[in-house]
Amino acid sequence: MLLIRCPYCEEERPELEFRNAGEAHIARAADIAAVSDEDFEKFFFIRSNPKGIIYERWRHIHGCARFFNAVRDTVTDKFVMTYKAGEPKPDISKLKKESGPAAYANRPPDQLNVKKPAAKRAPASKGDA
Amino acid sequence: MRKYSVFALAREAMRGHKGWDEQWSSPEPRAEYDVIIVGAGGHGLATAYYLAKEHGITNVAVLEKGWLGGGNTGRNTTIIRSNYLYDESAGIYDHAVKLWDGLSQDLNYNVMYSARGVMMLAHNVHDVQVLKRHIHANRLNGIDNEWLSPEQAKEFCPPLNISKDARYPVVGASLQRRGGTARHDAVAWGYARAASARGVDIIQNCEVTGIKRAPNGAVMGVETSRGFIGAKKVGVVAAGHTSVLMDMAGVRMPLESYPLQALVSEPVKPVVPCVVMSNTVHAYISQSDKGELVIGAGTDQYISYSQTGGLHILNHTLDAICEMFPIFTRMKMLRSWGGIVDVTPDRSPILAKTPVQGLYVNCGWGTGGFKATPGSGNVFAHTIARDEPHPINAPFTIERFRTGRLIDEAAAAAVAH
Ligand SMILES: Cc1cc2nc3c(=O)[nH]c(=O)nc-3n(C[C@H](O)[C@H](O)[C@H](O)COP(=O)(O)OP(=O)(O)OC[C@H]3O[C@@H](n4cnc5c(N)ncnc54)[C@H](O)[C@@H]3O)c2cc1C
Ligand SMILES: [Zn+2]
Repeated sequence: MLLIRCPYCEEERPELEFRNAGEAHIARAADIAAVSDEDFEKFFFIRSNPKGIIYERWRHIHGCARFFNAVRDTVTDKFVMTYKAGEPKPDISKLKKESGPAAYANRPPDQLNVKKPAAKRAPASKGDA
Repeated sequence: MRKYSVFALAREAMRGHKGWDEQWSSPEPRAEYDVIIVGAGGHGLATAYYLAKEHGITNVAVLEKGWLGGGNTGRNTTIIRSNYLYDESAGIYDHAVKLWDGLSQDLNYNVMYSARGVMMLAHNVHDVQVLKRHIHANRLNGIDNEWLSPEQAKEFCPPLNISKDARYPVVGASLQRRGGTARHDAVAWGYARAASARGVDIIQNCEVTGIKRAPNGAVMGVETSRGFIGAKKVGVVAAGHTSVLMDMAGVRMPLESYPLQALVSEPVKPVVPCVVMSNTVHAYISQSDKGELVIGAGTDQYISYSQTGGLHILNHTLDAICEMFPIFTRMKMLRSWGGIVDVTPDRSPILAKTPVQGLYVNCGWGTGGFKATPGSGNVFAHTIARDEPHPINAPFTIERFRTGRLIDEAAAAAVAH
């Protein structure tokens, strides 16, 4: 089972609390009726399905219920990072230098999870949904 | 190829089994072939066999990055059936079931196809409606499938719990008597031996790392871990790795690769006489001839190439198995493993020409392609040899995701295998 860090709750939680929601950064056209069949096919059906780094959406369905994005290695299944919906696609070349794959794998749980309950933390920044 | 027979067995028994040949030869790759098949799973090997047998094309190489049959073919729970909803699916899956019957004789290799019946359980009103709809559709397509009451289901499979207060009550079942199982390894080995005997080169430990194209865009051959090998026709039959290979030719696919797991128990005396599937609670069970219970689980929810899945997935499946078969609650499980399955949006396969001249693809079998192995190889060989699809696989194009002519078995049944 994966351990996934929700960027809103700021906690690493078991996969059972989350629902995977497919490839990230696929923008829906503003006027979907106007797109060509080719573009609709790309938007709706064609997927990168990479062996290696993937950008994907998750939803913390049994937690805060919010959608967020993640960068993960599909060979090791280790997360490189998670980030809030609406934040730009991270530059993976930089990330690798900073954190490497599995930035927070194998870290003891007390260092991963914030101890303060969520309510006492600073509110999440606005406009990030 | 020396023919296998009871006389050969007796002869070898007399002389200490020293005279058996290698089942297939392992030659060095030639500089060029007429056709290269990427992936020595059941589908790739069957394609090569039918290219040689039915189309006279024997200058063929099957390239495999690992060992033959080590992909999903050697990892699957071997359920065979053809009771799919749509006409197109009925066409291709029943073509396969007809070939399964007689395959051992055709290949001179015992693939242990056993038509022991596949029973699919209904646990609620929705299941009943879905299964009955399938039964009617199947009948119109000439495919056997019948409705059983809970009592008839129990008669067919005695260890099944049909008590009314079960957590997943059995309110009925559908039964395809021609459905069953086969020995997965034997299918790969049998096709490999028969293809090799007709001149096909099977080259293991040879990973394809690039697909080379001429200035006009047509395929020229493949880069591999053992050097460049030329061919004007390349068929990609790589299951979970299809997206990776097609990317090498610049073709993006409507596929996602997920882990799918299975497990086997310690061997016991015969107790499960058929295959039992429950799509609602996601559990599938049969018993191998060795005596192990063979149990299939569902996919993980995320894309992965790790060939392992989450333990909670297996846990969920075993929960369901123990509810349906309380008799198994104290069985020990011996092994579990995962394969990477390539899933299309409509859960139907793609067997087709591609936008690249000389490049063909056979993929998208997802969680349920073992059953189709002979039929798939048969019509894919036709597609490559004639450069046009066989009528049976003509609907299974890549373009259907543009035109909207989906073969939506996903919506039809949410069926796994
Ligand atoms: C746990 C599990 C249970 C299943 N249960 C059933 C079932 O009960 N019934 C059913 O019908 N189906 C089932 N399936 C699905 C079935 O196994 C597959 O659909 C089928 O076996 C696919 O066969 P294939 O020959 O296309 O793929 P594979 O057997 O996976 O062969 C593809 C081959 O391509 C090779 N390859 C990949 N990349 C490269 C490369 N770059 N260069 C060279 N070679 C490469 C791989 O190593 C592999 O050997 C199950 C699958 C799994 C994982
Ligand atoms: Zn959360």
